[in-house]
Amino acid sequence: MNQPLPNTDDIDVVDLRIPCKAEWVALARLSVAAVASRLNFSIDEIEDIKLAVAEACTNAIQHAHGSPFIEIKCEATGGELRLSVRDYGRGTRPENIRSREPDDDRVGGLGIFLIRSLMDDVEYDVQPDQGTLLVMVKRLTV
Amino acid sequence: MERTTLDIKVNVREAQGDCYIVELSGEIDVYTSPKVKDAIGDLIDRGVYNLVIDLEKVRYIDSTGLGVLIGGLKRVREHGGSVNLVCTNPQIRKIFDITGLVKIFGIFESEDAATKALA
Repeated sequence: MNQPLPNTDDIDVVDLRIPCKAEWVALARLSVAAVASRLNFSIDEIEDIKLAVAEACTNAIQHAHGSPFIEIKCEATGGELRLSVRDYGRGTRPENIRSREPDDDRVGGLGIFLIRSLMDDVEYDVQPDQGTLLVMVKRLTV
Repeated sequence: MERTTLDIKVNVREAQGDCYIVELSGEIDVYTSPKVKDAIGDLIDRGVYNLVIDLEKVRYIDSTGLGVLIGGLKRVREHGGSVNLVCTNPQIRKIFDITGLVKIFGIFESEDAATKALA
């Protein structure tokens, strides 16, 4: 989570803070889609990014009890978009969610499964009673 | 019967036999999916166990929307019923492919085909 970042001159940062409420998730995904469109991602890739950030926000709303807001940081470089989604509630560690089988009809775990499927890198950091930070990266395909 | 909320529209109509069509328009996410869940739940409470859910006008669906569809399918299966989907949007279809839900739902290219498959 504390990986050194490239020279900040090479990174465009967009910060967004939304209430930790369902009605604001659409704003988050549309805002992030606008950022992604600036990086020449394809329409399909932008849809992947939209869904991933929405799933991260939804996870916070459903599991981060007591978090007043969600912070979304978009860091855009020439080659990738790094998205950090942070809440300040109690969370569920993604590794505690069982993997899915092909004919699985369970509902739980779909969100994190989709995030892992749609993004190139996914990392998370859960601090007990201090919140969850989910960092995901989508790289431009050459 | 029609319900609307911020960006979801639910249109329910009777089809041939004991089948109902639930046509959804808009975006299904954590905010709008409860409206979809209520519409499907109302039908099941009325004894409708064969459903076609038409996603042709759905621009976006996330895991909460998938969860509502899975929940509906589980409920109707308890009564020997089934849920077929209509979906040709590649981006929506991709989500069903990724999650493996193509194996538990019948997914068709038209309402007519989905309805006939329930008969």
